[in-house]
Amino acid sequence: MSSQDIPEENLPAEQDAHVAVADEKNPFADPGLPPHEHRIQDIDERAARRSERTVALLFTVSMLATVGFIASYVAIPHDKSVFVFPIGHLNALNFALGLTLGTALFCIGAGAVHWARTLMSDVEVADERHPIAAEPEVKAKVMADFKQGAKESALGRRKLIRNTMFGALALFPLSGVVLLRDLGPLPGTKLRHTLWSKGKLLVNMNTDEPLRPSDVAVGSLTFAKPEGLEEHDHDFQNEIAKAALMIVRLQPDDIKDKRELEWSHEGIVAYSKICTHVGCPISLYEQQTHHVLCPCHQSTFDLSDGARVIFGPAGHALPQLRIGVNDEGYLEALGDFEEPVGPAFWERG
Amino acid sequence: MSTTETTESRSRGKAPAGERVADWADGRLGIYSLAKANMRKIFPDHWSFMLGEVCLYSFIIIILTGVYLTLFFHPSMNEVEYHGSYVPLQGQLMSEAFSSTLHISFDVRGGLLIRQIHHWAALIFLAGMFVHMMRVFFTGAFRKPREINWLFGFLLFVLGMFTGFTGYSLPDDLLSGTGVRFTEGAILSMPIVGTYISFFLFGGEFPGVDFVARFYSIHILLLPGIMLGLVVGHLILVFYHKHTQFAGPGKNNKNVVGMPLLPVYMAKAGGFFFLVFGVIAVIAAVAQINPIWAMGPYRPDQVSTGAQPDWYMGFAEGLVRYMPGWEVNFWGHTLVLGVFIPLVLFGLVLGAIAVYPFIESWVTGDKREHHILDRPRNAPTRTAFGVAWVTVYMIGLVGGGNDLWATHFHLSINAVTWFVRIGFFVGPVLAFIITKRICLGLQRRDKDKVLHGRESGIIKRLPHGEFIEVHEPLSQDALHTLTAHEQYKPLEIGPTVDENGVERKVKGSEKLRAKLSKSYFGEDGQIPKPSVEEYKEITSGHGHH
Amino acid sequence: MKKLSARRRHPLAAVVVLLLALACTGGLYAVFAPADKAQAEETAQSLTIEEGKKLYTVGCASCHGTDGQGTSDGPSLVGVGAAAVDFQVSTGRMPAATSQGAQVPAKKNIYSQAEIDQLAAFIASLGAGPSVPTEEQYGPEGADIAKGGELFRNNCAQCHNFTGKGGALTKGKYAPSLENVDPKHIYEAMQTGPQNMPSFPDTTLSEQNKKDIIAYLHAVNSDETVNPGGLELGGLGPVSEGLFAWIFGLGALIAVAVWVAARTAKAKKS
Repeated sequence: MSSQDIPEENLPAEQDAHVAVADEKNPFADPGLPPHEHRIQDIDERAARRSERTVALLFTVSMLATVGFIASYVAIPHDKSVFVFPIGHLNALNFALGLTLGTALFCIGAGAVHWARTLMSDVEVADERHPIAAEPEVKAKVMADFKQGAKESALGRRKLIRNTMFGALALFPLSGVVLLRDLGPLPGTKLRHTLWSKGKLLVNMNTDEPLRPSDVAVGSLTFAKPEGLEEHDHDFQNEIAKAALMIVRLQPDDIKDKRELEWSHEGIVAYSKICTHVGCPISLYEQQTHHVLCPCHQSTFDLSDGARVIFGPAGHALPQLRIGVNDEGYLEALGDFEEPVGPAFWERG
Repeated sequence: MSTTETTESRSRGKAPAGERVADWADGRLGIYSLAKANMRKIFPDHWSFMLGEVCLYSFIIIILTGVYLTLFFHPSMNEVEYHGSYVPLQGQLMSEAFSSTLHISFDVRGGLLIRQIHHWAALIFLAGMFVHMMRVFFTGAFRKPREINWLFGFLLFVLGMFTGFTGYSLPDDLLSGTGVRFTEGAILSMPIVGTYISFFLFGGEFPGVDFVARFYSIHILLLPGIMLGLVVGHLILVFYHKHTQFAGPGKNNKNVVGMPLLPVYMAKAGGFFFLVFGVIAVIAAVAQINPIWAMGPYRPDQVSTGAQPDWYMGFAEGLVRYMPGWEVNFWGHTLVLGVFIPLVLFGLVLGAIAVYPFIESWVTGDKREHHILDRPRNAPTRTAFGVAWVTVYMIGLVGGGNDLWATHFHLSINAVTWFVRIGFFVGPVLAFIITKRICLGLQRRDKDKVLHGRESGIIKRLPHGEFIEVHEPLSQDALHTLTAHEQYKPLEIGPTVDENGVERKVKGSEKLRAKLSKSYFGEDGQIPKPSVEEYKEITSGHGHH
Repeated sequence: MKKLSARRRHPLAAVVVLLLALACTGGLYAVFAPADKAQAEETAQSLTIEEGKKLYTVGCASCHGTDGQGTSDGPSLVGVGAAAVDFQVSTGRMPAATSQGAQVPAKKNIYSQAEIDQLAAFIASLGAGPSVPTEEQYGPEGADIAKGGELFRNNCAQCHNFTGKGGALTKGKYAPSLENVDPKHIYEAMQTGPQNMPSFPDTTLSEQNKKDIIAYLHAVNSDETVNPGGLELGGLGPVSEGLFAWIFGLGALIAVAVWVAARTAKAKKS
């Protein structure tokens, strides 16, 4: 038995289209369309006229609302705010324009629907359906036509034409694909490097001043960028997307990870601010638990333990930046991150 | 007066202007033949048949308002310093895209209204499509001959999601930028090609200076263009197939009962466009949406808590949030399963509902046209599958908002996440079992009603003291409506050994099909509807109680 | 000298002497009086600390130890400063009902400002820490709202949301809403880092930075904040917007659709 044929008896009996009257033989037969009942408007002209007036009133209200819309547009200054209970302070123009436009539109619709519901005929009519599939004769004619056409084209006989045509059609879209090449540069090793390098000072995001160890208190949270990167730089967004740094100070005794302690300075640790899951700037630092939470997908990292993942969808720890202090007493980077920052990717390894 | 005389008398005098225009058009477009078939086309009345219209009209509203917005929006990521009328951003550096959106919101009169109508209509468009799709699913309206239209609708839903996503990313604000960053991370997680696709999409490293302009052409041209084509195709097919209808007196598989397009549906459907537009305009007047000025311009090193996408992406967001952080490193490569699996699941879950019609028609083997809608209870397995699917979807939405569930219901975010992790597996199974049982229960109740009548609420005391409730027999209309549904018989594989004792090979797919058929239509799959014999036996005197 | 002695008997001599004497007395008083006052203040201060200690012993010592050294139920208060005390007690977080639970919530404050000052003085005497800020520090004069917005998005929004509506932290902890919180308390919180909030000391977030942030918060999250588009929907972003679109948007449209599709009432059969 192929999947094509199912025994007829498994299918329910075809519904019969003829209108049957319930009888001894079949109490469940279709009694046919119920007789039409009149609405008040069909038999009482006064009710019909009431409906007519309602519809006209709705259309009139719509006209007035449109006039109100234009008047609001002209009369209300665009920066005026008003207090509307219970919404609060809002822009007066937006409120007036929206309400008048909404009223104008709604009343047109309501008028039309009320008209249809009360004054247009509500006699139900049945339309016949016809099978969508063509009659066998039609199908036979089409097949014959197609065969003749195919034969006349000689496509089946002259294989050389057919094959080369398919080849040409298959190849030409490649030009379009090639054209997409200049959408962007190849990744290269760009995802592996950031602006950080040995000797770069850690500059406080808030004050634009280089940080000293004494500035960073235990329990505080500071964000830093590499020295020399300014907000006006044309590549600021791309660079800060990788270089953003989160700086906290722990009691050196609280640091459980050996490498973290080595890479810190007097308990000051610098971690990438970019989540290793999909790259949100993670920075919900809980100073008592030393956990840092990502607001996007709730990956949680333990900053006192090498920033390893303790919850959520991130796959690896936040990269740490090795820091020290230069001769003038400022915090500096001792190199770039040793691993790519941000989301993982195929070539990351 | 014969027809020829009428025509002559008309042509001698002058036909009305409208008729002359119609004649002109007919000579070139053949409109009379078109109108003959369609002018008095019948549409059945049911509120749930208007859900598709909600989608169509909000789509039109989105296009109208969208065109207006393009007149003022600058799809550019050039950095500018803001000096418009919104004080808390004065002097801030931002992209031109962001500053022009501020300009639309604060300095173009009515600009904020149009922006809000556009965005509210988009949310309602997607919500409408979701509900419309569920209506079609649960009533079995996807069956032959409408499978292709089901796929058109499904594609519209998926394309609508991505059109929405590219749209809300355009203002380059801090919230949408975070969403774009997420997209970049998700693309990077794709094995082998991820990095390349990301660099090609963003014109280099994230965020670069290209994505707003690229998203812009995708958002206003590419995707809506495809959608417009699909919408037209969808509507043509609706006209061509004629609308489905629920079973009832006078309604059968070979007719469609309702009211004619002209005038009733012209007025109702046309009026409904204005009603939809009016409701959305009022919403845009009273409720603020996507206040990008409060979010600030995008900076890759800034973020806000409660970073969620618009609702239709919430399901994907949820999958990403409750996935454990699996990552496999091998031979210098990284397989980012923690992000890639949700990406695949997103496609699989959506795909499951899309291919369901084809699975069902394979199981039933039914090749007939179906124009009478099923009541969900009369297709328990389908309904149970649908509810299970919706459950998966809803659990995704809950997971996507896990932080807000935590803060608003004083829960731990970790607990909410674990709840959805477990719920993802347990929820749909429970939903399937419970729904199926409810459906069977409702079928039994229908059967009871047919055989024993409606409970009248009247208590009668019999001479010997017993109290009984009087059951009123159902009307002919109700009897027909409750027994009009079709019931299939489960498929049997038949003997595996033929009459000559030779073993017949039964394909695995056949076995699976028989098994599915049994679960659909076997004893646990449906309650046999009352037969004429049962009815007669009970109603013939001794059956009252 | 001759001239001077010659004028000794001048009728105005007595007046001059008197004036000189007055000036001297005044001068001397001016020199010595502050010392006296300081001494008096010191006495008053020690009295305040004394009073503070009494309040501390009753309300705080059971968790924070008799001398503020901390116990397993509460952290050490040495060096937290007056600002921390003012914040914790004025917002009702301290004294806490229990040390269990994810986080100590804000509640009604049961101390008078004078009592809080006494407590603060006592804690400040245990070790140096940030003092209570003055109105000049957190007031709106000289604040740059836009700069405050940028700082807020950089330092605060990740936990407290774009406009300070609050958000979730791990395991039931949360960053509270900043709506209508006293500017002084916001300032103190930044200085001292209460509970799991990190501190933002003046060395990394300057006084001017803090002032800007407070001014920004007032602009976007207070009773006077204008939401031009209408209902703020909690300021929570797309989740509440999505709910609104489903319930009120699609809900209203379905209600309308029901009306459009419903059969018109039939005339009653008589």
